[in-house]
Amino acid sequence: MTRASRQRIRISGGRVIDPANGIDDTLDIYIAKGKLVAIGTAPDGFSADQEIDATNRIVCPGLVDISAHLREPGLEHKTTIATETRAAASGGITTLCCPPDTRPVIDTPAVAELIRLRAEAAGMARVVTLGALTRELGGEQLSEMAALRRAGCVGMSNAGRPVTSTLVLRRAMEYAATFDLTVFLTANDHSLANNGCAHEGRVATRLGLPGIPEAAETAAVARDLALIEQTGVRAHFCRLTSGRAARMVARAQFDGTPVTADVAIPYLYLSEIDIGDFDSQCHLIPPLRTVEDRQQLRDALQRGNLSAICSDHQPHEPDAKSGPYPSTEPGASGLDTLLPLSLRLAEEQRMGLPELIDRLTRGPANILGVPAGTLSVGARADVCIFDPQRTWVVDSNTLVSNCHNTPFYGWEMQGRVTHTLLGGRLVYTSI
Amino acid sequence: MSASNLQIDSKGHLRHFLSISGLSRQLITEILDTAESFAGVTEQTVKKVPLLRGKTIVNLFFEASTRTRTTFELAAKRLSADVLNINLTQSSTTKGETLLDTLRNLEAMHVDMFVVRHADSGAAHFIARSVAPHISVINAGDGRHSHPTQAMLDIFTIRRVKGPDFGRLRVAIVGDILHSRVARSQIHALNLLNTGEVRIVAPRTLIPTHAEELGAHIYHDLRTGIKDADVIIMLRLQRERMQGALLPSEHEYYELFGLTEEKLAVAAPDVTVMHPGPINRGVEMDSEVADGPRSVILEQVTHGIAVRMAVMSMAMRRKEGATQ
Repeated sequence: MTRASRQRIRISGGRVIDPANGIDDTLDIYIAKGKLVAIGTAPDGFSADQEIDATNRIVCPGLVDISAHLREPGLEHKTTIATETRAAASGGITTLCCPPDTRPVIDTPAVAELIRLRAEAAGMARVVTLGALTRELGGEQLSEMAALRRAGCVGMSNAGRPVTSTLVLRRAMEYAATFDLTVFLTANDHSLANNGCAHEGRVATRLGLPGIPEAAETAAVARDLALIEQTGVRAHFCRLTSGRAARMVARAQFDGTPVTADVAIPYLYLSEIDIGDFDSQCHLIPPLRTVEDRQQLRDALQRGNLSAICSDHQPHEPDAKSGPYPSTEPGASGLDTLLPLSLRLAEEQRMGLPELIDRLTRGPANILGVPAGTLSVGARADVCIFDPQRTWVVDSNTLVSNCHNTPFYGWEMQGRVTHTLLGGRLVYTSI
Repeated sequence: MSASNLQIDSKGHLRHFLSISGLSRQLITEILDTAESFAGVTEQTVKKVPLLRGKTIVNLFFEASTRTRTTFELAAKRLSADVLNINLTQSSTTKGETLLDTLRNLEAMHVDMFVVRHADSGAAHFIARSVAPHISVINAGDGRHSHPTQAMLDIFTIRRVKGPDFGRLRVAIVGDILHSRVARSQIHALNLLNTGEVRIVAPRTLIPTHAEELGAHIYHDLRTGIKDADVIIMLRLQRERMQGALLPSEHEYYELFGLTEEKLAVAAPDVTVMHPGPINRGVEMDSEVADGPRSVILEQVTHGIAVRMAVMSMAMRRKEGATQ
């Protein structure tokens, strides 16, 4: 896919964490022809063209982000594949999954191929795509899933747009299962959400914001779980926001239902309270819920019921966030802060680093079914090296994404990527 | 930035008037006292004072209004300000110009104050954060969030009728609390003045979640809710609520929550009945009640002018002080 490097690289002295292989040790890593050729002991006759000193740093697989809107094609005034894959590289992310709600939507092989070609031309990160579950994401007609799969789509999704008809959703799941495709679901009952813009709770009541009840998520999860059980499709819930929905998924997993789920990083740190006096940077859909939900999401992440953390990268130009709260566009830019915010959980949730890195590498790679997220010998050398002690402040000087719409603006982060390798090629080095 | 910082300058004076929440009891009382001094003005033959001579006030209404806009206009004129009325319906703003562009254009005309009504909750806060520092913003209603001058004129009316001791009052607010910016502001203001008991009365479909945390007791039965009440505030029921499956019919609503002379008998003998208008006669209340001796609905309208004069002059007075 992305052009591999001919260079032979040794990454020495770092703490290597590779959850896929149960490795957490100070080891050297050897890379040649774009692949990992050895861990620990150098292969016979290996001489490095380049040496990366990773002393006091952590070496882990390049991160895999299940949900990143790159805005190309269609909304290039916000960001492009080139600008955002550059941000991904600087954040240690080597594989990104792009939802199908581009313009035009990814319901034809041509759009999927366009994205792949643009990403290859940029050469900063691997970009995989989800195909539209229904034509034009309209929720009525099935898309040409077999063709989309041939064009490289790793799964099918309706990208947050409603599939109102339960029958259509059932058929879409069955059809996807025919081709062994995972269906990515956004659990939101649009009728219950009723054009709301904040969690239906204390804050929405005080501010008079139209509320989205928790049941908009749980009712959708319940319906979707029933159909997953009926059809046997492999399914994934994107960005759960409520503790109750996470428990429903956990129960289904316990029962053996083939279902996984992820959480987006803002929901692990923010709650409805952060909306304050109408802070549009906290206008997210689905909405930030209660502090109790936030804790329950963290617990579900720790237990592994939520097996991936994603950035839910939704970059917006300043105008899109400038207006009365309900009229602003929902979503936050997230590639820059995915790793350091995740690392905070080590302290705040007492999660081990290997566990955390698992949710950023092996976990999402398994959900997407892509050969990434591991430092296995023979795997593509997608590597992230970071300094866990280095602190930095989120501001316009440090953000690499073309859009700076983050609710974490001004926060101090600990943990900074120093090197990112993509197929054995250095795509990012910090000074 | 919190609402209190936004509304109040470093000396504790009113800078913008966006919501009751974030204001002190002292400031609320000052508004009421100032309004009292203006109430005399509006009853004189020459109804003008020169306080805001040379100032330009823009009524910027993104949502239709007759009563509120008119009383703001009258209030501004009685303070000798120049008034510009701009009605920007949703359709004209969707033609492309952003709210921020609209504001910048008006700022370029050297205006001193925006009186804003908008369908989005938080619009007044957004505008107050966005305008040039010399401009004051008065919220004339934003979405379901706040309508602070309406709440102040209601409080002013209650104080005139019942006296300044709110601690002995039971106040019941009846109707569509969920969609009501008026109710939210009233509940805040009544609690700020330590009102004995604030009640809200409505079916569950019209009461927002966690409403008790706004500072009110919840009732679903009208007779229990208004029992021994000293003040009853009836809210307007928008006709479109019937379409949203919030209520089965106007008929059933009137049956259960409409205020009639007969139901009023359970309230305190000297109960005062209020309504922010416009009234749906035969839906929220009977004409007999609306026009009856306990109703102060038209006084509310009159007081609206004095209260708005008070708020406008106080927000401008701050600036006079700042430039000296």
